[in-house]
Amino acid sequence: MYFGRVVGSVWATIKNPNMEGLRMLVIQPLTPELANTGKPLICTDYTGAGPGDLIYWVRGREASYALLPKEPATDTTVVAIVDSVHLKSSVAPESRPAAAPEPRAAAAAEPRPAAALEPPPAAAPESRPAAVPPPAKGRKPSRKANSC
Amino acid sequence: MLIARVIGELVATYKHPSHEGRKILMVQPLNLDGTDRGVALVALDAVDAGVGDKVLVVTEGFGANTSVGRFLQPIDMAVIGFIDHIELLPGVS
Amino acid sequence: MILARVVGTVVATRKDPRLEGFKLLIVKPVSPDGKDESGYVVAVDTVSAGIRDRVITVSGSSARMADGCKDRPVDTAIIGIVDEVHLD
Repeated sequence: MYFGRVVGSVWATIKNPNMEGLRMLVIQPLTPELANTGKPLICTDYTGAGPGDLIYWVRGREASYALLPKEPATDTTVVAIVDSVHLKSSVAPESRPAAAPEPRAAAAAEPRPAAALEPPPAAAPESRPAAVPPPAKGRKPSRKANSC
Repeated sequence: MLIARVIGELVATYKHPSHEGRKILMVQPLNLDGTDRGVALVALDAVDAGVGDKVLVVTEGFGANTSVGRFLQPIDMAVIGFIDHIELLPGVS
Repeated sequence: MILARVVGTVVATRKDPRLEGFKLLIVKPVSPDGKDESGYVVAVDTVSAGIRDRVITVSGSSARMADGCKDRPVDTAIIGIVDEVHLD
């Protein structure tokens, strides 16, 4: 999958019938340090992501599997909204971060924990801070109803 | 398959259900001389890799899906092995 | 498919069990007139290729149609050893 940010959306009235009702987003690919890399592209959307959200998308045939039972002619689909990226700048094999303590378990308990935006205090000092600003709004589980 | 180094982990609360239950890793593909090759990728973890590990990454959908126990899901990359070492002809880069 | 030459091997003891018993070779693309091109890929060997051999590799889901690669997590496979290349 590839990391990026939502920078816009696309509306197309005339299109393949199997694309009806699908959101299409303009995505800017990013490096892990959030710098632009490469040209923007268009992705169909599974997640309901909004402008500014960090996301990752899947490419190829698998992109159409995210939207089953529709079988759209898409080769890029946004499949996740990224809360935070935990990076280490040095790569000594012994120094794994004491780890995002079960981030998914914590996330399941409260959908948008602010704590997920800070690296765990036990992380090695050279790890970079998570680089994601908190979203300004609450997030509904699905915004697929907002079709383009 | 690619040789890459695990450089980070992502946290994503809202994601496709098939991505639940696996670490989501940021991996940096490497050239044969160990320098960075291209842009970092996101891959699901099939082998419990951690930051700093040198790993083998599969970039095809069926292999990625099945290595993390899924089928016909939107997963196109996965970490499928740890690289112990590489033997190269002299002068190759 | 890509014309390539075998330049190395990868040793990976901990890996997906479906890759047990397969040799993982490092191949570098070459032009038809034999010059190295940039990049490399790790490929599963299905023809007992050796270091320095010039080979043909297949990538993507088609790689799983190579001998012994069905249902395995393979995205590149070596499917032939090149005797010679004719350019007209």
